[in-house]
Amino acid sequence: MSTSTTTPAKNPAVDAIARSATRDKVILAIAAPVLAIVAAIVISSLVFLASGENPFRAYGIMADYGHYSDSQVWIINKAVPYYLSALAVAIGFRMNLFNIGVDGQYRLAAFAAAAVGGAIALPGAIQIILLIVIAMLVGALWSGIAGLLKTTRGVSEVITTIMLNAIAASIIGYFLQDGRLAIKDGNLLHTKFLPESSHFFSFPTHPKPVYGFVVIAVLAGALYWFGINRTRFGFDLRAVGASESAAEASGVSVKRMVVSSMLLSGAAAGLVGMPTLLGESFQYGTDFPAGIGFTGIAIALLGRNHPVGMAFGALLWAFLDRTGSRLEFEGYAQEIVGVIQGVIVLCVVIAYEIVRRYGLRLQQRKVGEELAALSTADKSDNKPEVSA
Amino acid sequence: MANHDIHLTVRRGTVHALCGENGAGKSTLMKILYGMQKPDEGSIALDGEQVTLQTPGDAIARGIGMVHQHFMLADNLTVLENTVLGAEKLHGIGAGARARIKELSDAYGLHIRPDVLVEDLGVADRQRVEILKVLYRGARTLILDEPTAVLVPQEVDALFDNLRELKSEGLTVIFISHKLGEVLSVADDITVIRRGTTVASVEPSETTPKQLAELMVGSELPSPETRESTVTDQEMLRVRDLHLSATDSDGVVRTVLDGISFTIHKGEVLGVAGVEGNGQAELVEAVMGTRTPDHGTVVLDGTDLSGASTRARREGGVGYIPEDRHRHGLLLEAPLWENRILGHVTERPNSKGKLLDLAGARKDTARIVAEYDVRTPGIEVTASSLSGGNQQKLIVGREMSHRPKLLIAAHPTRGVDVGAQAQIWEQIREARREGLAVLLISADLDELIGLSDTLRVMYRGRLVADADPAVITPEELGSAMTGAASGHLTAPEDGATEDGAAEGRTSQDGASDGAGEQGGEQK
Repeated sequence: MSTSTTTPAKNPAVDAIARSATRDKVILAIAAPVLAIVAAIVISSLVFLASGENPFRAYGIMADYGHYSDSQVWIINKAVPYYLSALAVAIGFRMNLFNIGVDGQYRLAAFAAAAVGGAIALPGAIQIILLIVIAMLVGALWSGIAGLLKTTRGVSEVITTIMLNAIAASIIGYFLQDGRLAIKDGNLLHTKFLPESSHFFSFPTHPKPVYGFVVIAVLAGALYWFGINRTRFGFDLRAVGASESAAEASGVSVKRMVVSSMLLSGAAAGLVGMPTLLGESFQYGTDFPAGIGFTGIAIALLGRNHPVGMAFGALLWAFLDRTGSRLEFEGYAQEIVGVIQGVIVLCVVIAYEIVRRYGLRLQQRKVGEELAALSTADKSDNKPEVSA
Repeated sequence: MANHDIHLTVRRGTVHALCGENGAGKSTLMKILYGMQKPDEGSIALDGEQVTLQTPGDAIARGIGMVHQHFMLADNLTVLENTVLGAEKLHGIGAGARARIKELSDAYGLHIRPDVLVEDLGVADRQRVEILKVLYRGARTLILDEPTAVLVPQEVDALFDNLRELKSEGLTVIFISHKLGEVLSVADDITVIRRGTTVASVEPSETTPKQLAELMVGSELPSPETRESTVTDQEMLRVRDLHLSATDSDGVVRTVLDGISFTIHKGEVLGVAGVEGNGQAELVEAVMGTRTPDHGTVVLDGTDLSGASTRARREGGVGYIPEDRHRHGLLLEAPLWENRILGHVTERPNSKGKLLDLAGARKDTARIVAEYDVRTPGIEVTASSLSGGNQQKLIVGREMSHRPKLLIAAHPTRGVDVGAQAQIWEQIREARREGLAVLLISADLDELIGLSDTLRVMYRGRLVADADPAVITPEELGSAMTGAASGHLTAPEDGATEDGAAEGRTSQDGASDGAGEQGGEQK
């Protein structure tokens, strides 16, 4: 008797509850970043004040400098590799794998692609695709070592990927010498220049062009979203991330998922160096940008592994890089931007965790309250209650 | 789960039982009494004095101790070491402590052996160590959270003797349980909690299990009894000579499963009884394919699944209600509809080809919620916000929705309230009528005897005995579970070692007249 009257699907009161639950979800989703940004601004301001500077003047300078079109082009171009790196890290994060080795993976991948690209000259599109594929394969190969070691020998991927970073650097250092795979150019060593045909297209903006690779980054983000949220593979991946034991009992081969997600993460990492290689430097030299893999970790945290969130994170990071350099000219300490970036990541991580826990508790309490309310409403249909 | 308007008065020197459905708020209330959670309003008075309990430390200082459902003991330490751990200031860690433990053990009949390693103790002994720990810290009021869940009937009796001993020494015991028979046999007072509030205080002499159940859920006491046999002679699952050895933390290879063979026919429920830790969990894992046995075969409906992956086995028609639903059955922070996909991601309506079918999964989740009476405001809430019984109903609904050939049900109604229990039993019975084979593992002997067509007893990784559920009593089964008896337990014909018990019995009607009406009213 009582069960049929409380059947939730048919109760109009329940629809209202479901709606209010959705509303809470949206509010909480916005609350987290807002909370984080406010906290980050407050703390950064305190840091400025502590160093005896006026924070508002600093923010003014940054906003003003970020306004110039050359700054904006710079920011977008910088954000592209940041974003790809964050994607690579996020693929691992979704499965509770911490791929610290994106840095080594992209550098080795870019180096391999540069070495091959400098040695051959195929028609444009074919060569570009070939180089991108090589980069992805090399990145996947490098991260796959960590995946295999984890599944076969139980070695933590945190240890192996960070070690592989060092090994990658040594390998590049060995081959990037005159007479091996590098040529000497002043006091720089770099691989042979790619032929003109393998330059990636760019958007003719002023004063400098925007990387055409931004298109690839957007596509990669969309693919990431689709793969994670809409495919069986993505569900398995998320299930392992949410509960390895439950995933295993549900039929997911956890070991296979570890290897595949490490391979995918490495393949995405392989793309990180491509905008620079195919759009700007056209060779891999000792001055090839390093450390983007670690920036990617911060941005993946900042964007909560969400493709859009990470895009904002990458742009914000690039903005801070750009405008921070300006602060130096205005008499601020150079390190202040690093402090701000660190504060932002910390604030975001803490704010999201607070909001997540609050949301879970809120939901549990609401479900309890609503069910209690429903059962009270049913009381008239029920047998009279016995009370002492 | 919110609690409101709780009124509870416990008299000194009594055993006070607190019973209610799972999710009724018993645990929350206990956490408040033990200082683990703070109430929004209301007051607690101890010996007439208003107290505020901020932390468990406060509660302990005021003589309130708690024995948790899951033991909190260090296996590699001795009983003495476990007892003094964290309470070194009381009587030191040497002779003084030993003397005090001896004193307590003698006073309350606990039979403690202080120098034995905890890992060598059985479940009942461990529980006594937990009680000792609490007493050692000076508790005068003991809270026991479902202490009988892990015990066999003989051990339950021994525990109750201990409780009476405590009571006679003037200590107060608050006893949480939803096993009504036990509550009635040991308690002096009973308080019933429903939906976060106290609905009744009764005395055991003035009530019956049926009335108590009505108070708890507003419906009658469900019965697990199977009414007519639906066992056919078509084999559904055949397990032959399963061996599994595992290396423990000390590097010693132990045999966990030894020569396990059994057959389950269509429409048959095979119940495996046994004290926990005798290989039941490993047996389930071996059949599910999450553990690889050393050798042995698993054949489902004529298909050899011995080397198949867990996913292939699930697709092949194995449904699974895991023992620990939080670890193996649910993604707690994921919404209900994602939990509906879990374990069946390759099957309709969850996916089409390689892609997920979100609309299909959502729609089917709504159907499961309605059909299996999962009490929830919607399918977007996380699984963790549901009570245990509703989580379990969702799991049962999910597994049944894929029309399994074989259902592996490990403790399917553990930690589940009486109402949900009845529904789950009914679901299993219904599916069995349609030819489902069920491998049932349970610590609840009434459930095992009531639901099973065939009973096997597992002891130290072997199936040592079989029994006919129509005639066996929980006590007889309990003694076989401790290794005291083996072979065929009751039926006269001998030599029925493999499958004889199933065919040897075709009907047990009449044994449970009247239960049908009760069960029917639940729906």
